[in-house]
Amino acid sequence: MNLAEHSLFEVQRKIYPRAVRGWFAAWRWALVWATQLVFYGGPWLTWNERPAVLFDIAHRKFFLFGLVFWPQDVIYLAVLLIVSALALFLFTAVAGRLWCGYACPQTVYTEIFLWIERVIEGDRNARMRLDKEKSTWHKFGLKTAKHAAWLAVALWTGITFVGYFTPIRELLASAPGATEAFWALFYGFATYGNAGWMREQVCKYMCPYARFQSAMFDRDTLIITYDAARGEPRGKAGKGDCVDCGICVQVCPTGIDIRKGLQYECIGCAACIDGCDQVMEKLGRPQKLIRYSKGRVLRPRVLVYGAILLAIGAAMAASLYLRVPLKVDVIRDRAAIAREVEGGLIENVYRLQIMNTTEQARAFDITASGLPGIQVWGENITGVPATETRMVPVRVRVDGATPAGSHPIEFSVRALGVAGVEVREPAVFIVR
Amino acid sequence: MSEFISGFWDLYIAVLTVLSIVACGVFLKSQSVRKAGPVETTGHKWDGDLAEYNNPLPRWWSWLFYITIVVSLVYLVLYPGLGSWKGTLGWSQVGQLKDEQALAEKQYGPLYKKFASTEVHALMKDPEALAIGQKLFLNNCAQCHASDGGGSRGFPNLTAGAWQWGGDAAAIKATIAEGRNGVMPPFGGALGREEVKNVAQYVRSLSGLTADSIRVAMGKEAFLRTCVACHGAEGKGNVALGAPNLTDKNWLHGSAEPIVVETITKGRSSQMPAHKTLLDEARIHLLTAYVLSLSK
Repeated sequence: MNLAEHSLFEVQRKIYPRAVRGWFAAWRWALVWATQLVFYGGPWLTWNERPAVLFDIAHRKFFLFGLVFWPQDVIYLAVLLIVSALALFLFTAVAGRLWCGYACPQTVYTEIFLWIERVIEGDRNARMRLDKEKSTWHKFGLKTAKHAAWLAVALWTGITFVGYFTPIRELLASAPGATEAFWALFYGFATYGNAGWMREQVCKYMCPYARFQSAMFDRDTLIITYDAARGEPRGKAGKGDCVDCGICVQVCPTGIDIRKGLQYECIGCAACIDGCDQVMEKLGRPQKLIRYSKGRVLRPRVLVYGAILLAIGAAMAASLYLRVPLKVDVIRDRAAIAREVEGGLIENVYRLQIMNTTEQARAFDITASGLPGIQVWGENITGVPATETRMVPVRVRVDGATPAGSHPIEFSVRALGVAGVEVREPAVFIVR
Repeated sequence: MSEFISGFWDLYIAVLTVLSIVACGVFLKSQSVRKAGPVETTGHKWDGDLAEYNNPLPRWWSWLFYITIVVSLVYLVLYPGLGSWKGTLGWSQVGQLKDEQALAEKQYGPLYKKFASTEVHALMKDPEALAIGQKLFLNNCAQCHASDGGGSRGFPNLTAGAWQWGGDAAAIKATIAEGRNGVMPPFGGALGREEVKNVAQYVRSLSGLTADSIRVAMGKEAFLRTCVACHGAEGKGNVALGAPNLTDKNWLHGSAEPIVVETITKGRSSQMPAHKTLLDEARIHLLTAYVLSLSK
């Protein structure tokens, strides 16, 4: 197949975004610093003599500062995802693609990689010149330096990522295992490819959020707009304020011309606003030729999103605060249903799976209630080491006069010496 | 695929699979080449005037599909999938299971080896051994003997120290490994209804349960005639035969009078299955220690 002949699509045009300074660029850099300090720094924090944030997949324990999550806590992950989705809805409804423009990893890493590129190869014009240059040692040297720097950042990003799953100090102290090495390289390669090579194509062709965010836009959503009434007719001859310098296009990371109006490629980064404002300032004309549109913020959609977000957020916070660091499963013995024991008492046997989700060893007192004369027979105090599970066979005896049939009872497992750590679990007692 | 009787179905699956993959390729090719003439629209219309061109897939996208076709073909060469073709890697589910078992053996083997070479009474004092023993017990024994080892009707209580087949480590190990067949023959016919009741009263009296003293006296006579062979003159049982001790407070099938009468009349037959095919030597050794620890 002759690919050139059959190509139906515009050949990818390389975009050389020009560096920009200003209010919005400063915000973006602030968010780059904030997010990356958290990301790169996270694995190095220590808590209870272990990494503060550690997702230990092999042992199915997920540490987040003082909290230890077990797979049974997956509901919190679901709620976190719901909160994230609602926050995205809310921010998008208010100010369009705020996430895309300032905090999305794709934007953040592209920003970092662009900065490296600029330091090594120079700004837009220098880079365009360099790419047109014939193969020289000079060009080769600059390109090598750039890719080496990119790869270094990307690799460190990959290692940091794996550091959330394997303690990063252990990871660096010895030769990594095959799994760790694979994921570090995979994540590093994805960073290098996405932030170095793919850039705006990720947003334009790959990202699902980019597409569904427009469904959350309405007429009041803040978007970046060009004031055509003020700007046109543009150019030197025109009377409009737009001098057609093209800065707004040059700074655009997705290579669009905002003067054509809102386009799906626009990630709402506001680089064109910063670029245009500088030009307007130099020319002594009023700024804000390109600006965020004015919209009504307090409108039903925003209020509803906000209220739901607040309610779920509060519920999650309350649930985390009230969470009892102990889980109990009661499993009835199925084959041995009931037996008569000395004194004419009826005995049922249960297995209590006691999961101590704290990082301290604890002793638990097991009691049962719900039937006359019910008692846990034999040893009813059991020790469980930190973040461990113990399967405890428990005998429960009731009075022989209890009528035949199944009776609801309740187990209570209470930590000794710690107030408020108690789990009550329903079970069934069978008399035959 | 070996469970098919004729080779036809192997061939059927292989041909169908290959044809499907080839058809995917042909279809893909037809969809990724633009036809001559103007581009057609899909025929849908949105908002009155919005139409969509029916262009072929982007090139990178169709390449991804071509790659999946190549991957699937390579996969079918390497792994079983085409009828009875075994794949050049020789992978099989059984093989994978064996590999994983070998890996587990490598990981836990030394631990079990250590346990296997430790004497049972020493293991009974080793909390680590008992913790593993408990897991083995819960997985393999608790279905009948209950999670606490207390048993239930017809399944012996392992916590009472009353051992039908002997309570030393060797006997318990043999019980677990080889299993046991406990048979009490029926005596309803030989003794007759009244005599059975008498024997039942006598047997209950051996455990100190309330019994009719006249029937006890008559029952004792019948017992010494009939039951003595297995349960002994004093009713203390015989571990060689698995005949229970009738003088203790443990009743495998129940101590109520009608149940004892039923036991004597109809006899009892119970099996402990052999576990040597399911558990290896070291695990049986560990279980022996755990089971013994239950009655201490």
